[in-house]
Amino acid sequence: MSSSPPAVTKKAKAATNAAGPVVIRVPEHTVEIVSDSGEGAQKCGQIFGQVSAKMGNGAWTVEIIPAEIQPPARSGAGASGNRIRIGTKPVTNWGDASNLVVAFNEQALVARHELEALHDDAIVLVENMWATHEDEDIRREWAAAMEVLATRRYRIVGVPMEEQCLTVTDNPRRGKNMFVLGLLAWIYDRDVELVREAIQQSFRKKAEAVARSNIQLMELGYQWAEQHLDFRIEVPIEKPTTPMIVMNGNQALAMGAVAAGMDLCAMYPITPATSVSHYLGDIFEDFGGIVHQAEDEIAAAGVAIGASYAGKVAFTVTSGPGLALKTEFIGLATMSEVPLVVLDVQRGGPSTGLPTKVEQSDLLAALYGQPGDAPKVILAPATIEECFHMVITARRIAELLRCVVMVLTDANLATGVQPFPRPQLDPRWQAAPLDLRPVPEGVKPYDWDPESGLSRRLIPGQPGGMHTLTGLSHDEDSKVAYSPDVHERGCAMRSRKLAVLQSTLKPPVVYGDDEGDLLVVGWGSTLGAIHEAVDAARAKGLRVSALHLRVLSPFEPGLKDIFARFRKVATVEINYSDRLGDPYITVENRRLGQLAWLLRAHTLVDVDCWTRVPGQPLRPKGILEGIESMMPGGHA
Amino acid sequence: MIDTSCSFVSCGYDDDDRSWTMEDYGGAVPRWCPGCGDHAILAAVERLLEAQQLPPERTVFVSGIGCSSRFPHYLTTYGFHGIHGRALPIATGVKLRRPDLHVFAVMGDGDCCSIGAGHWIHAVRYNVDMVALMLDNGIYGLTKNQTSPTTPQGYASNTQPKGSHLVPLNPLSATLGVSNASFVAQTADWMPAHVYATVAAAFRHRGFSFVRILQRCPQYTDDLFQEAVRNPNLVELLVHPDGVDAPELEKIFKNRRVHDPKDIDMARHLSEPTDRIRLGIFFRDESRQRYEDLRRQRVRTAQERIDRLNEEFEKYAV
Repeated sequence: MSSSPPAVTKKAKAATNAAGPVVIRVPEHTVEIVSDSGEGAQKCGQIFGQVSAKMGNGAWTVEIIPAEIQPPARSGAGASGNRIRIGTKPVTNWGDASNLVVAFNEQALVARHELEALHDDAIVLVENMWATHEDEDIRREWAAAMEVLATRRYRIVGVPMEEQCLTVTDNPRRGKNMFVLGLLAWIYDRDVELVREAIQQSFRKKAEAVARSNIQLMELGYQWAEQHLDFRIEVPIEKPTTPMIVMNGNQALAMGAVAAGMDLCAMYPITPATSVSHYLGDIFEDFGGIVHQAEDEIAAAGVAIGASYAGKVAFTVTSGPGLALKTEFIGLATMSEVPLVVLDVQRGGPSTGLPTKVEQSDLLAALYGQPGDAPKVILAPATIEECFHMVITARRIAELLRCVVMVLTDANLATGVQPFPRPQLDPRWQAAPLDLRPVPEGVKPYDWDPESGLSRRLIPGQPGGMHTLTGLSHDEDSKVAYSPDVHERGCAMRSRKLAVLQSTLKPPVVYGDDEGDLLVVGWGSTLGAIHEAVDAARAKGLRVSALHLRVLSPFEPGLKDIFARFRKVATVEINYSDRLGDPYITVENRRLGQLAWLLRAHTLVDVDCWTRVPGQPLRPKGILEGIESMMPGGHA
Repeated sequence: MIDTSCSFVSCGYDDDDRSWTMEDYGGAVPRWCPGCGDHAILAAVERLLEAQQLPPERTVFVSGIGCSSRFPHYLTTYGFHGIHGRALPIATGVKLRRPDLHVFAVMGDGDCCSIGAGHWIHAVRYNVDMVALMLDNGIYGLTKNQTSPTTPQGYASNTQPKGSHLVPLNPLSATLGVSNASFVAQTADWMPAHVYATVAAAFRHRGFSFVRILQRCPQYTDDLFQEAVRNPNLVELLVHPDGVDAPELEKIFKNRRVHDPKDIDMARHLSEPTDRIRLGIFFRDESRQRYEDLRRQRVRTAQERIDRLNEEFEKYAV
């Protein structure tokens, strides 16, 4: 092979593949790319997902992340990569199993096999240099792996990735991912120009030669596939009728913050929230904003509160352990009624837990983390698109209600990529410029409307409005409380605001029939997987519907009425609950999923739950099994 | 006066028409104990506000928790009585967002040097333009007599009744040890003229002005500074044309040492414990970088933001 292959064109392709490969036409396909950590499978998968979405396929990507930065090479635990599910229609979740897997070594492949991540008849493209490696141990490991994999109907194709890459680069370890990207681009007939652009974009901060050699590697992969593979996969494209954009959830949060007119993000590095600030760090200054990397999580909250107090609403972004540290400051913002937006990208817990992996277990901590009564608003986006819009909503609510608004996303939304309709930006989404006109005589710092508890906040710089905010219990004048009714009244006023917000909300809409045997209630990133599972259950004749909650404090109205139309209500969540049947576990001591607890308290309905904490998104198939196991008495 | 990094609908009055007396700056009646050094510090600060004619609405006092942190309640300016140890992050947020405001942070020794020590170190490094007053009485007073980081070794309290176990932390040398420190001074509540002159110098300095104010607590550490109060010879004033200027002190305090506040090595040397209490400006350097200057951005209009975000969307367009 020449060291500088000609550019790939449609014409050249047609010429070299006279017989033509078999084209497998499917409405959707799920691809996985797995490698050792550091070999770049993630970058390859991200670009493939992005390009697929840009071409008009529905797409959902999920990162497969080892917790360590450099786990040992060729170890199952170090398997790192990306799953991309693409479809003709919009894709809402990562699905059950992969139809095509590209593996940089057989150990990463076996790890995925053991996790049941591969479809029974999956196509597997695997680097075959290990089969003939000079190290006997490696050859033995390869052989053993092939035996394990032979237990399924996988179609295994060896690909000489390293050998091929060596023809254009000295360091194939850094180049295989682009070679593989080329393979996939041919297999799925991706627009090569878009792939080139994405590679350019991805390496824009490096020397030009880096992008050039990566593009060369991609083209090499493309040509190799063209000359050696006898199949292609076609997932037909239905061009969307409205303009779409594609990004991950953390980028959507960051852009939402910009669209909301916020201009200070105070943060401290923590996985998986940090990439919000990476992205903002790149663009925020162009919008007049700054990312302040504080000395710790506590200070990040304090700086955001100080900035909010001094003008427009600021925000802080964190994950579980950071949320714990911010607890006292969130209480202060609540008590002093300084608006604050807290974005919590949830990961597995408690403690350091599963830093890179998904869980929905911060709900109760978010709601009840503060000692004392600390009412606050909690929003939970269910899609990437909602990540964008809910930050805008959060800013508005925080300002109108002078309260803390927390937005709970998770590691699945954070790194997942999904196309969504391009928002039509509205200037009213942004905070108004500061109004420093003098405060009329008689206006108090907490001029609570006696019915709603709402009050206008006074901002430093406004003549006549001087007062001292305090975290101590206080009256309308912000004077420290020394009598019992002052504290009662303050608590009532702060709490009332949530009821006011609830009065403006509509009841959530049931997915499926309005009545039935089982209502599955979810929140956050599980939306797509739950709907897919419910569809499957209904196809089997089960009378199941789903309800997805976006506002978790205060709850949307009408839940009790909705629940009353179902024989049974159960939540599906990615957090821990005891399972009946396990040793010692009884209905009396069983600990439930976090939303289940809240719904029981809120509605007095005997809400059941099916929860799992696998450190990865729930699969529709798993949820379907959960639904079947929970169907009330004999209806299955 | 108004910084362009903020956008305002209106900036209130034209300041030239107004003037303020010390009484105008007064707030609620202080509830500190009689004889507490905080009263004198409050008076010196009110004197500064009057002398500088700071518009009350453009002046913000942020505090933590403790006796000293009641400070903002006793002034008629904007105030934020925060949480224990965290005055500095709040004050940093205020100043980053609103460089047009005059920001003061008031803390105690436990507040600043113990629970909030991390913020203190980093605030020195950020060097955001504000006056940080650390009212150091060597004890936790509000919670009734517990050892603080600056309690002298051997000094008994409710938590360490046999005497403080550790050598005390030295707030001056600690601050002087942080890179980008730009103003470090020490004064004492029983010398009001010196407190005023020091706080005024701190206010004039552009950057993070750290002032440790030795403060008597009549309740728990009454004897801590008693000897120095009675015997002016135990005090040594650091003097320099660029230092604190309080001519009325010359007759009483004979121990005077010429110290150029530019000299950081000498400042560090002088900050080490001796048998004398040294008061004055230890270090000052206006040329140190200020975080708010490094991070200043031009304010964008709503439409500019929308246009720019639409451009950004293009990169993500399907």
